[in-house]
Amino acid sequence: MRRRIPQIICAFFGVAVFVLYFSPHRIARAINLAIVNDYFQIIFAFTLLVGVISFFKINLISIQRGADRSYRLVGLLGLVSMPVLALGWGLRGGSPFMWVFENVQVPMQATVFALLAFFVASASFRGFRARSTQATILLLSALIMLISRSSIGDYIWQGIPDAAEWVRNYPSMSARRAILIGIGLGSLTTSLRVIIGIERTWLGGEK
Amino acid sequence: MILVSIADSVWFDAAKLPTLVFAIIAIAIVLYTTFHRKSREKFKVREISGLSAVEDAIGRATEMNRPILYTPGWGGDIQRPTTIASMNILSHVAAKTARYDCRLVFPTHDPVIMSVAQEVVKESYAQSGHSDRLRLDDIQYVTSSQFGYAAAVEGMISRLKPASIFLLGTFEAESLILAETGNIEGAIQIAGTDSTIQLSFFIVACDYTLIGEELFAASGYLSGDPSILASVRAQDILKVLLVVALFIAMIWVSINPDSSWWVM
Repeated sequence: MRRRIPQIICAFFGVAVFVLYFSPHRIARAINLAIVNDYFQIIFAFTLLVGVISFFKINLISIQRGADRSYRLVGLLGLVSMPVLALGWGLRGGSPFMWVFENVQVPMQATVFALLAFFVASASFRGFRARSTQATILLLSALIMLISRSSIGDYIWQGIPDAAEWVRNYPSMSARRAILIGIGLGSLTTSLRVIIGIERTWLGGEK
Repeated sequence: MILVSIADSVWFDAAKLPTLVFAIIAIAIVLYTTFHRKSREKFKVREISGLSAVEDAIGRATEMNRPILYTPGWGGDIQRPTTIASMNILSHVAAKTARYDCRLVFPTHDPVIMSVAQEVVKESYAQSGHSDRLRLDDIQYVTSSQFGYAAAVEGMISRLKPASIFLLGTFEAESLILAETGNIEGAIQIAGTDSTIQLSFFIVACDYTLIGEELFAASGYLSGDPSILASVRAQDILKVLLVVALFIAMIWVSINPDSSWWVM
């Protein structure tokens, strides 16, 4: 019973959202919006509380054990201080909350994002070694793309931007579409398996 | 105003008729292959190297006495079929880590996914008969911020030095940050996503990559359940139908370039 009820609810809402997708009627759109947005927001709000409590508990236990104490303390400090700043001084521009957001959180996020540039370089160095015919084709395609995107592309040969566009629009796009068709069909069958109840792993298992 | 009044009174959107027709055909094929006895009879499923390597990856972590890190990425929530597919694989991975007494760490950006993953892992440990080995605190919510999540998981990889890393789910810009960090730490990495852009990063940085539909077939492949495998067969039938339709459209448009009857 513990699994049968969620399964019935899932099947009902799965079929309902599918049927409502094909209707432009005001009532149908309102129901669809309520299911997709409102219901999910309510579920998310409750589980967010569970997530935050879990985060707090795990970090507190780790601090007591002495594992990664400094990182855990910074994490907990952020978790506690941001709501305090928001509730105490509001979210307006110039408030302490916005100051911390703009001067601590945004630069930290930008730093992590900036790492991507170095990782792209190291991954490309490994990936573009011409060890086989396929790898050589990949290397040549990458070179054409790189040169076409730099300012010297046109000076070397005027056909390079066209060659790059051809690589993007034909070989690359056709492979991408083939993968996307597979993903679309995979999503469809997975969703159907969940709706008709033969896929029950998301409920925690079979019994 | 006119458009609003039309939309208010019409119950069926005629522009979506082709989608409805294809959906009904697809549903009929999936239901037929799943419930028709003969369709469920044993058939060969080609080997998916990424899934065959799951056992090796867990064995390696057990031998090295290091944990396994499994994360479903930042891009998806539980509504996404990719996340459901990832939970299916997690269930099999958790069953094996329970048997081998190997630590399983699961950081996520979404508290809903955390709750589902806790249930999935708990059930797998219980079914393996090793509930005492379960460390539920290892299935944790880190943050909903994209680069906060990337930094948290990257930190875990650097500090815990997992022997095997599973990056299965919906990934965005964080994919390469995580995959390269895992590569630097020397972990065996099995990745899979529905994002075609991130797939190229995974192919370069990971040992095994599940491309597109392979991620969705994983549940049937790993469990051997005939009902789930039958739906994988339905995927192939639908793919053949699509290829035939594409060929017909290609010939049609070559004969009559102005024709556009398939675009409603």
